[in-house]
Amino acid sequence: MSVNRDIFVSPERQSYLKQMKKRRQNIILGRVLILIGIIVGWEAAADLGIIDPFITSQPSKILTTIINLHNNGQLYNHIWATVAETVVGFIVGTAFGTLIAIGLWWSDYACKILDPYLVVLNSLPKPALGPILIVWLGNGKPAIIAMALLISLIVTIIMVLNGFLEVDKNKIKLLQTFGASKAQILTKVILPASVPTVISALKINVGLSWVGVIMGEFLVSKEGLGYLIIYGSQVFELDLVMSSVIILAIVAAIMYQAVSYLETRFMQYKE
Amino acid sequence: MSQIIVHVDKIGLTYQTAEGETEAIKDISMDIYEKDFVGIVGPSGCGKSTLLSIIAGLIKPTRGTVIVDGQAVDGPSNKMGYMLQEDYLFEWRNIWQNVLLGLEIQNKVNESTKSHVEQLLKNYGLYEFRYHYPHQLSGGMRQRAALIRTLALNPEILLLDEPFSALDYQTRLAVSEEVAAIIKQEGKTAVLVTHDISEAISMSDRIYVLSQRPAIVKNVYDIRLSCQDKTPLNARKCPEFREYFNSIWKELDIHVG
Ligand SMILES: Nc1ncnc2c1ncn2[C@@H]1O[C@H](COP(=O)(O)OP(=O)(O)OP(=O)(O)O)[C@@H](O)[C@H]1O
Ligand SMILES: [Mg+2]
Repeated sequence: MSVNRDIFVSPERQSYLKQMKKRRQNIILGRVLILIGIIVGWEAAADLGIIDPFITSQPSKILTTIINLHNNGQLYNHIWATVAETVVGFIVGTAFGTLIAIGLWWSDYACKILDPYLVVLNSLPKPALGPILIVWLGNGKPAIIAMALLISLIVTIIMVLNGFLEVDKNKIKLLQTFGASKAQILTKVILPASVPTVISALKINVGLSWVGVIMGEFLVSKEGLGYLIIYGSQVFELDLVMSSVIILAIVAAIMYQAVSYLETRFMQYKE
Repeated sequence: MSQIIVHVDKIGLTYQTAEGETEAIKDISMDIYEKDFVGIVGPSGCGKSTLLSIIAGLIKPTRGTVIVDGQAVDGPSNKMGYMLQEDYLFEWRNIWQNVLLGLEIQNKVNESTKSHVEQLLKNYGLYEFRYHYPHQLSGGMRQRAALIRTLALNPEILLLDEPFSALDYQTRLAVSEEVAAIIKQEGKTAVLVTHDISEAISMSDRIYVLSQRPAIVKNVYDIRLSCQDKTPLNARKCPEFREYFNSIWKELDIHVG
């Protein structure tokens, strides 16, 4: 409940609030200082010959590389390629995973029968399947997306199914007293009660999907940030590698924030 | 009293699980009269919830039958409304959406049912809170909302399975008072399962005392209190209250000891 209780603010409260504000400012300051420290230290160390910019690159060169990529317009193609693959990967992974979890919830038998397969698939390191995917799907985007999908799919199934099974039995009993069908139990209780689980699965899948896409791009692609990284390292252009990694970090963080925002939007009924 | 509305005829139930079988109910027969308030007390784990679930048609008995309004029970029906141990309001629905849940499941949301539910909310002080979410309500209000959710389907018989056990003692007294009043006012028959002997005596017209598992009916008490105004709180002050309490207490204690 958002009740406005603070019409009168006591002096103790004021000094507490002031303290908290100061603390927040210090935290932000600390963060900025660390960033500046890293950039300046890195740049200076490279200029002074303490580290070899040929293998470590350096901030000024990274900046120039990014500006060049920006100027010739390639940057956005690469970012777009990777982002699109990732988004497709985690959305399809979450959606399919949830659908399969629904199927397994529906049929207790199927769930029991498939259980050992899920366990094995879950423990298998998915990148091992990369070469197989390339053989099957060719040297392109489908293989990359399949990679991202595979990584998130099994985790989603297991997570969401557990969420389904943890829904309070009495809530189901309540619906049964109203004579609810299985489909109604699914739509009125199981799914709405599992929205938080599905969203946390989605959140985890964003991370996993990035792993899958970058792995996939290392293996096959001709564009994307993963491609830039692998290409840069092959031609020994560390400026390009570092630039791509930094852009990747920023884009991934933005995407994570977007999903977190989605989460708070969906969770509003919980205050 | 008037007509028999629920006739429980020699039911028995044995649960089958992978670990083995549990005989929950041995042999229970009951006659419940229209508009009566019936209490069921018994040691914990003796099969009280099982008995209510059987009457509600959620579980089929291994032996025997339950007849409601002259018809054998075969699955849940709208003649009966079930209230569980907690309110189980869905936190993702507001109160209005929660109380409509049963109607929604049965595709019965229309102008007349909606106005009935609105009236219930108004009568029982929840109308202003209809767009609030469950976590914004007190325990007592939530319990009332759960009762309205049950009443929305207009059941003749209310089956209450320890509906107050999640509440603290103070709230519990107040809510049982409220619920008793609502049930009287709506002219319903009620079956209340409880651990609390005082609660049973203060609310019921008749009390069935069950034995330890597997349950049989050990004794039946017709509660006749000499008080004028027989609300649950007043009932506790009647001279007969102690006597009933002591005999039921003894009855339960014999097997616990
Ligand atoms: N679905 C089930 N499968 C197997 N055994 C069960 C099941 N439900 C209940 N039982 C067992 O049947 C017995 C009676 O259970 P029941 O819940 O009806 O008792 P109760 O009197 O309502 O208990 P409490 O006082 O704890 O509410 C218990 O021993 C319980 O373990
Ligand atoms: Mg019980």
